Amino acid sequence: MSDLNLKKGTSAKSAYNLRPNFSDIVERHTLAVMVENEPGVLARVIGLFAGRGYNIESLTVAEIDHEGKLSRITIVTTGTPQAIEQIKAQLGRIVTVHDVHDLTVEGPSVERELAIFKVVGDGDKRVEALRLADIFRANVVDSTLKSFVFEITGAPEKIDAFADLMRPLGLVEVARTGVAALSRGI
Amino acid sequence: MTRQMTGAEMVVQALIDQGVDTIFGYPGGAVLPIYDAIFQQNHIKHVLVRHEQGAVHAAEGYARSTNKPGVCLVTSGPGATNAVTGLTDALLDSIPIIVLTGQVPTFMIGTDAFQEADTVGITRPCTKHNWLVKETNALSSVLHEAFHVATSGRPGPVLIDIPKDVQFASGNYNAPQPSTSHYQPTVKGDITSITELVEAMEKAERPLFYTGGGVINSGPAASQLLRELVGATNFPITSTLMGLGAYPASGDNWLGMLGMHGLYEANMAMHGCDLMINIGARFDDRITGVISEFSPNSTKAQIDIDPSSINKVIRVDIPIVGDVGHVLEDLMKVWKSRGRKTNSAAVGNWWSQIKEWQAIECLKFTQQGKVIKPQYALSRLEALTKNHDRYITTEVGQHQMWAAQYLGFEDPNRWMTSGGLGTMGYGFPASIGVQMGHPESLVINVAGEASWLMNMQELGTAMQYNLPVKQFILNNERLGMVRQWQELLHGERYSSSWSESLPDFVKLAEAFGAKGILCSDPDDLDEAIMEMLNHDGPVLFDCLVEKHENCFPMIPSGKAHNEMLLGDADTQGAIDAKGSVLV
Repeated sequence: MSDLNLKKGTSAKSAYNLRPNFSDIVERHTLAVMVENEPGVLARVIGLFAGRGYNIESLTVAEIDHEGKLSRITIVTTGTPQAIEQIKAQLGRIVTVHDVHDLTVEGPSVERELAIFKVVGDGDKRVEALRLADIFRANVVDSTLKSFVFEITGAPEKIDAFADLMRPLGLVEVARTGVAALSRGI
Repeated sequence: MTRQMTGAEMVVQALIDQGVDTIFGYPGGAVLPIYDAIFQQNHIKHVLVRHEQGAVHAAEGYARSTNKPGVCLVTSGPGATNAVTGLTDALLDSIPIIVLTGQVPTFMIGTDAFQEADTVGITRPCTKHNWLVKETNALSSVLHEAFHVATSGRPGPVLIDIPKDVQFASGNYNAPQPSTSHYQPTVKGDITSITELVEAMEKAERPLFYTGGGVINSGPAASQLLRELVGATNFPITSTLMGLGAYPASGDNWLGMLGMHGLYEANMAMHGCDLMINIGARFDDRITGVISEFSPNSTKAQIDIDPSSINKVIRVDIPIVGDVGHVLEDLMKVWKSRGRKTNSAAVGNWWSQIKEWQAIECLKFTQQGKVIKPQYALSRLEALTKNHDRYITTEVGQHQMWAAQYLGFEDPNRWMTSGGLGTMGYGFPASIGVQMGHPESLVINVAGEASWLMNMQELGTAMQYNLPVKQFILNNERLGMVRQWQELLHGERYSSSWSESLPDFVKLAEAFGAKGILCSDPDDLDEAIMEMLNHDGPVLFDCLVEKHENCFPMIPSGKAHNEMLLGDADTQGAIDAKGSVLV
């Protein structure tokens, strides 16, 4: 958006200050998009992001209401406030999109991600990996004499931190689900 | 009411139930059952085009001129891919069309079958919505929903892909019901925002209406309301290319088209206004010029049915999401109820300023010598046809801009042009679609020779259906707009912008059985135009014009509205390095 070269406050008469004052600061937003679970709906959403040059940091999708044929797509995206507004408006245009919620601005929310890590090593490193896994409340879901597979859930930052710690201890493979998120409260 | 019939019969029945009387198409293996069903009925007229791109543009012309959705029928694979340009064109200009494509049978999908293409995949980004129907029982509801989606909210193209076995199989047909789908766009504007706009209108010293295709898409009532509002407030009005005709060109408050090749007074008013009231326009880059310098001192209001149009390019102070017709109705009510106030003294001063800009006469030209100036050709066409029941289509390029500048449009739906996508080859098939919708009217396609050749095969269609479309070709033997940009930007190196090996258009017309007219002398022009108008049948009018005429006024790329090039300007260095990367 910076290439639009928008000057702020170019106008004395302008009521820009009454409206969301879009800045050039890139923000991270988590969007929950409720869609009709029909063939191609995910392609529509992904195609929108690719075609218009928006970012996807993570994306998860699953059916949440079989009777109502509804799926929930959770997208973590980044952009300037103006870009984020445009992303939401463009998502809203898709005929099979029912609702778009910006969990980042609609109040507190919880974000969770599940990840599984394969750590290969022996001796002290193996002991240390197990000790750290315990601190992070990661479960061991597979084990050999030379490896562990850990399962961990939590906010993306927690999983990042765990990955950083496991790397010197023999981390060889990671699988992450991407973020699922809900607003807090009623 | 549910009835049993085949999928192919459902297609025809749904079209009849939706009030369709004309469709444009081209048969092929995967749509044969539907063509068979069309053969066995008399309700729907099928127009056989010569290329699927022509079918879609014809449907666009039909839709734009009749305010009804246009319908196309094409086969799978190449039939569908040939429709892609028209679909994209309709998407960018918000034209409601329904394209029905045949598909290989469901059990062959994914096997790279003969004439198989992933049609819904290919057309997903160039339709408002699309469907692949795999069960005959689902077909009728999808067909009805397609009409609902194409015509509701911001109109647009939709596509239904129908495998051949679904066309053959029998199933339950349901007649149209009021739509129960989730897709129900907001049409009423927020009254608080409307009131905010009215307050701004009451105080504005230099107000300006900036209107677009949304007014026309909203229907004739919206144009009527716009005229009332402009008349009652005495605010000046300008319009985008797509909005021409919503307010009459002969109207007192009309400033002419704005934008890259818009009128000086319109662009200067955009730059200088203190209240911009955008009605159904989308701040396209052809309109805004360089964003950072765009109308720097104005409060901006925008009425648009599509929330994504708001704050997409230009930040808007008073956004109103809703249908133009509904919002203008409420706007009038609020404005009247508050005493019909405007700052008339200040608006009077504003008009004095505008009159000074108008006095520059940015469109004036001098016809001298024995070579026809394109501006002169269009001025004469205007003079000789303006009292006709007239519809104009265009191709894309210089001639299109000159047509927008020199022809006057008094009513909506009279002007069909490819605005957003800029599709060369649009105008001729569009003129065929318009003529199908208005058999008794005068339909003229203002064309350039290069654009016209892109869909020239449709001359066969015009002949077959005896459609007396007039093809008014401004022939400069150049890709005029490309050549102009090469002159301004690329040191007059005219790379591939020269129409070599052009056909003899008169002989070409005669080869199809149409009438050809050649005119190269300004003194013969009026008589030749009259000959074209008096001929009952398609005419190819080859008007040889000045070859290196540039289209002015022009806002060079990367410049602001108040930095226009006028006709006599020195064009050297008019576009700097930053502007030259823009299109």
